[in-house]
Amino acid sequence: MSIGAATARRGTPAGARRSNVITHIVLLILAVGMVYPLIWMVISSLRNNNEIFSNPTIFPSSVTFSNYVRGWNALQYPFGQYLLNSLLITVGSIAGNLISCSLTAYAFARLRFRFKRLLMAVLLGTIMLPEHVTIVPQYVIFSAMGWINTYLPLIVPKFFGVEAFFVFLIIQFMRTIPRELDEAASIDGCGHFRIFSSIMVPLIMPALATTAIFSFIWTWNDFFRPLIFISTPSMDTAPLALNLFIDPTGGVDWGAAFAMSVISLIPVFLFFVFGQRFLVQGISTTGLK
Amino acid sequence: MLVSEVAYTARRRPSPRIGGQLALRRKEGRTAYIFLVPWLIGLVVFVFGPMVVSLYLSFTDYDFLRPAKFVGLENYARMFVDGRFIKSAEVTVVYIVLAVPLQLAFALLMALLLNRQIRGVGVYRGVFYLPSLLGSSVAVAVLWDQIFGTEGLVNQILKVFGVSSSTSWVGSPDTALLTLVLLNVWAFGSPMIIFLAGLRQIPQEVLEAARVDGAGKVRTFLYVILPLLSPIIFFNLILQTIFSFKAFVPAFIVSGGTGGPSDSTLFYTLYLYQEGFGSFRMGYASAMGWVLLLAIGIVTAINFVLSRFWVFYGDENQ
Repeated sequence: MSIGAATARRGTPAGARRSNVITHIVLLILAVGMVYPLIWMVISSLRNNNEIFSNPTIFPSSVTFSNYVRGWNALQYPFGQYLLNSLLITVGSIAGNLISCSLTAYAFARLRFRFKRLLMAVLLGTIMLPEHVTIVPQYVIFSAMGWINTYLPLIVPKFFGVEAFFVFLIIQFMRTIPRELDEAASIDGCGHFRIFSSIMVPLIMPALATTAIFSFIWTWNDFFRPLIFISTPSMDTAPLALNLFIDPTGGVDWGAAFAMSVISLIPVFLFFVFGQRFLVQGISTTGLK
Repeated sequence: MLVSEVAYTARRRPSPRIGGQLALRRKEGRTAYIFLVPWLIGLVVFVFGPMVVSLYLSFTDYDFLRPAKFVGLENYARMFVDGRFIKSAEVTVVYIVLAVPLQLAFALLMALLLNRQIRGVGVYRGVFYLPSLLGSSVAVAVLWDQIFGTEGLVNQILKVFGVSSSTSWVGSPDTALLTLVLLNVWAFGSPMIIFLAGLRQIPQEVLEAARVDGAGKVRTFLYVILPLLSPIIFFNLILQTIFSFKAFVPAFIVSGGTGGPSDSTLFYTLYLYQEGFGSFRMGYASAMGWVLLLAIGIVTAINFVLSRFWVFYGDENQ
């Protein structure tokens, strides 16, 4: 790889080198344009409201943390409570997805059983199924069970493999793992549960990491389901709380809204920075969002 | 008779080894279903069960408080005369037709730019990918609401260039939907990464051969790269179309849940939400859910049929 690159560079004519410079310039301009709104939001969250309406640049002038103080206390409960609520749901969802999706994937990737092709088609079909088809009955069923205004509708389904994306992702990954490993274990007398827990799970860690990261980001960002199932302000998630900053009749405190938006994006950003490798791998193998 | 009997015995009493294998296989099947138990329960309780209930509710008048009343096809018939339903379908179609091709074109362009031996590709890729992770969050929708507002970033930048604008881009019926299209294009990162993976699969020899044959960059792209990449383009097209059908958050936030101004951002899913959980017309909302599923199915099927004319699978002619 590196030898190939070196040869390519040595053999590069001047024209190609110039076109590389142009590529860099184009990419740089586009990259700045892409992240400009985000950077501007972060910088603006440190400015007072007047400046948010008049300063389109990202050069910090006077830095103030008053937006953060105001935003944190703007709603009925301190913003930290909403973050904690989101965290609770997110941790539960990650655990549920990891356990249920890896078990399901093992059956599809390694075992022979009746109706396998049919069930595989069902699995792929459910990935495409819009949740809007099931949301009304889910509301009716969960309310009959007394689950409305609890986090159960947001967490429990994840323990039953409803996020079929991840099953598919883990199947794809398991298929790349040589069968000799589990066959050897099988000859040594391991049953499938031992093979799964002691051989497969350690080997599919990258896929599990991808699952955990995507679960985190999706659950953390989820707005639709909490909007439907949660109606007590003290139980609001961070996205539900952010929505309260936007008053369609005007008079939005943008400084405060930006400050809390930035805070709610920080965890996603950190997962992005430290988990990028897994995210890219996950997308290229399955085409997830 | 005799032959079949022999065959029967052969099947019933195979050599011990094969019999052992059969038993093993049966045991494997049982084990598999133990692994599948959570998923199967989830499938019945959270997917198929609700789908059946939803189908039933779609033929009823149901407001959540009183028992559902059977009304036949009334909910479906109502869609044809419900102005807001028709509007929401229109908005969604316009959104998909604009947002998906633009996003994919942009994603492909960026993937081509990144598919080169240049330094810092990983950093660029990360920067371009970031918006697609954040694009569906409420925080970014909040940001969008400001950027395209009366005193938003866009108007401020226009002012720097001497254009004085007091338009609220999200507040004007002509442009509100376009700002959401732009948001979707901005979040082009995940199809871009799939394109990049596809471009890496194209063998260098093929590109080399095109160059030797005297094909320039444009012709190589049109006649070599594009056909080889067409299955990936198709894959992205299917996925992004389905995602766009389901878009909800940005429209909800920038319109404060109303779908305004003048219903110009009334996405189908937003109207479904309003009907089902605002007005508690749950029978109607269920019917809308099924029509959405049907629409997604039909559009996907059409895409598959059309794909025969433009998607090129390398092993077809062998």
